[in-house]
Amino acid sequence: MKIKPLQIIAHIILIMGVLLMVVPIWISFASSSHESVTILTEGMKFHLGDQLTRNYNEVLNEKGGWSEEVTAAKMFINSFVMALGIATLKVIISAMSAYALVYFRFKLAVPIFWVIFITLLVPLEVRIFPSYKIVSDLGLTNSYTGLILPLVASATATFFFRQFYKTIPDELLESAKLDGANSWRFFIDFLVPLSKTMIAAMFIFMFVYGYSQYLWPLIMTTAEEYWTVVMGMKIIYTESYEGVALPRTAERFAYIILSMIPPVLVVVFLQKWFIKGLIQTEK
Amino acid sequence: MSFLELNKVTKVYPNGTKAVHETSMNVENGEFMVFVGPSGCGKSTLLRMIAGLEDITEGDINLDGKLINKVDPSERDVAMVFQNYALYPHMNVYNNLAYGLKNRGIDKQSIEQKVNDAAKLLQISEFLQRKPSMLSGGQRQRVAMGRAIVRNPKIFLFDEPLSNLDAKLRIQMRLEIKKLQQKVGVTSIFVTHDQVEAMTLADRLAVINNGIIEQLGTPIEIYNNPKSLFVAGFIGSPQMNFIDGELKNKTLFAEGFEIKNVQSDFNGEITLGIRPEHMSQSDSGLINLSVELVEQLGSDNLIYGELKNKKDFCYRCPGNQLIEKGSKISLNINDNNYYVFDKSSGNRVN
Ligand SMILES: Nc1ncnc2c1ncn2[C@@H]1O[C@H](COP(=O)(O)OP(=O)(O)OP(=O)(O)O)[C@@H](O)[C@H]1O
Ligand SMILES: [Mg+2]
Repeated sequence: MKIKPLQIIAHIILIMGVLLMVVPIWISFASSSHESVTILTEGMKFHLGDQLTRNYNEVLNEKGGWSEEVTAAKMFINSFVMALGIATLKVIISAMSAYALVYFRFKLAVPIFWVIFITLLVPLEVRIFPSYKIVSDLGLTNSYTGLILPLVASATATFFFRQFYKTIPDELLESAKLDGANSWRFFIDFLVPLSKTMIAAMFIFMFVYGYSQYLWPLIMTTAEEYWTVVMGMKIIYTESYEGVALPRTAERFAYIILSMIPPVLVVVFLQKWFIKGLIQTEK
Repeated sequence: MSFLELNKVTKVYPNGTKAVHETSMNVENGEFMVFVGPSGCGKSTLLRMIAGLEDITEGDINLDGKLINKVDPSERDVAMVFQNYALYPHMNVYNNLAYGLKNRGIDKQSIEQKVNDAAKLLQISEFLQRKPSMLSGGQRQRVAMGRAIVRNPKIFLFDEPLSNLDAKLRIQMRLEIKKLQQKVGVTSIFVTHDQVEAMTLADRLAVINNGIIEQLGTPIEIYNNPKSLFVAGFIGSPQMNFIDGELKNKTLFAEGFEIKNVQSDFNGEITLGIRPEHMSQSDSGLINLSVELVEQLGSDNLIYGELKNKKDFCYRCPGNQLIEKGSKISLNINDNNYYVFDKSSGNRVN
């Protein structure tokens, strides 16, 4: 195979893109393995130091917060639960509502779809006060339910599922019906397996969305045991230095590296499905 | 009471299209019925109403002694083979066949038994583990058939299942479908717009035009005795020749010839129909043709020529009878095998 100049240029651009993404992460990781003093005096590091385990141990297990109750490990768990709940429910709800919109040809399907679509214009940040009022009236502040529930509807995902279902030929539904499948079975036996790729993609997308929520958990949680990673990031940067001589730069880097792990895991785990769906075109 | 009874069935689509008009017919148990007609005449609509995939606007459908107008398709116990097969893309062939059985709550062992039997019958046993995307058109066609057979339904419905196959395979599958149906003995309705397919497959044939059944009968009945101009033109290949003329006091005047003693009391403008195969050459024949084109099919020759004002008049003769382009021939109609239709209504009048 001959390598064309265009390919070389394309690869150079790609490699530059990769470097742009990877180098800062590497610097953070390398820096997180030194002592804070070293970084403060000598700047960020490109090579690994000898403080790796100590720093990570400290970040994960040291109690923080005003009342010194919450550890970073707990915050990771909170964020993970919240993101998992949001992503799972978002995918289920939007897949099912798209199913209703496409296959149950009731009269108001189109107007209802547009109403759902318009909610894209009112993200949580816009409706944060009414949402907070409702959640607190229901007594759901400081709970996982309260963290997850107001975020589980998704116009974007509904839209994508709807577009996908529309490409599935009618004969498939008819044929399934004649084979004795009711609406529920058709959804489970046909639409879900056929939209595997879509589900994996939506799940990843929504997981990252849930994981990076900041404003909502900030308002929702007064108890430290429900704090999330992104909130922790704010705290670790503004912590007071009482009793500590220097800002703990190395630990901050360790925290950042740790905070990236859950979304990366989700992507790595679901990638298999994702790629399988891309390679096999089963239609 | 017949196995399947359609009683004044009418279909009007929500947009106002009237696809089927007051159609009544009976299909007997084990019969192979074929719906044939031009594109858009309502064949599929009629079939889909029997399957339950389309609501019935007016009229009744009875299957096996039970009114099924309001019965959900999943409960009618009918099987349908679609034009594009509609195989389940994410399931392998085995599961494609087994799916309908699973939904009926049949136990695993009998499912396996039935699927394997059907697969053997259709010679698809070796593909059971493959996905439909890994099969050829003919194999997919078999899988679609298998999916219908395996459930042993009350009735098979086929909606142009052969039209996606190449000519050779189509003829082969046509034969197999007929054999299979005779073996399994299930009542079947087959939709096609190909009249050869219709003639070869059918026990009885329904020729449909514009949402109306023009004629219902065995293929030979319809071929020998078409009731209308439309049926006469649609059934038979090459097509029947039509010549305009006039009938007066049992004498028929057409382009350059006349026929006496026509068995009809009709007077007025008519269309005369003569099948290409119902003529033979003679020295002083009725019809004089100047030959313009000869198609040699091997077994037969098709001679096309001009007849006064009528172009492309076709005569079919045995393949060993050589006729040159540009020559003039003279033809007689065999055994008064001609058809006379009222020109304005299209109804047969002799
Ligand atoms: N969903 C629909 N809504 C409105 N009109 C329809 C619909 N489906 C079919 N029609 C119309 O009903 C008539 C009959 O359609 P049908 O599909 O039964 O024809 P067909 O005989 O099967 O033709 P073909 O041989 O092309 O498949 C056509 O005029 C068609 O345009
Ligand atoms: Mg059709």
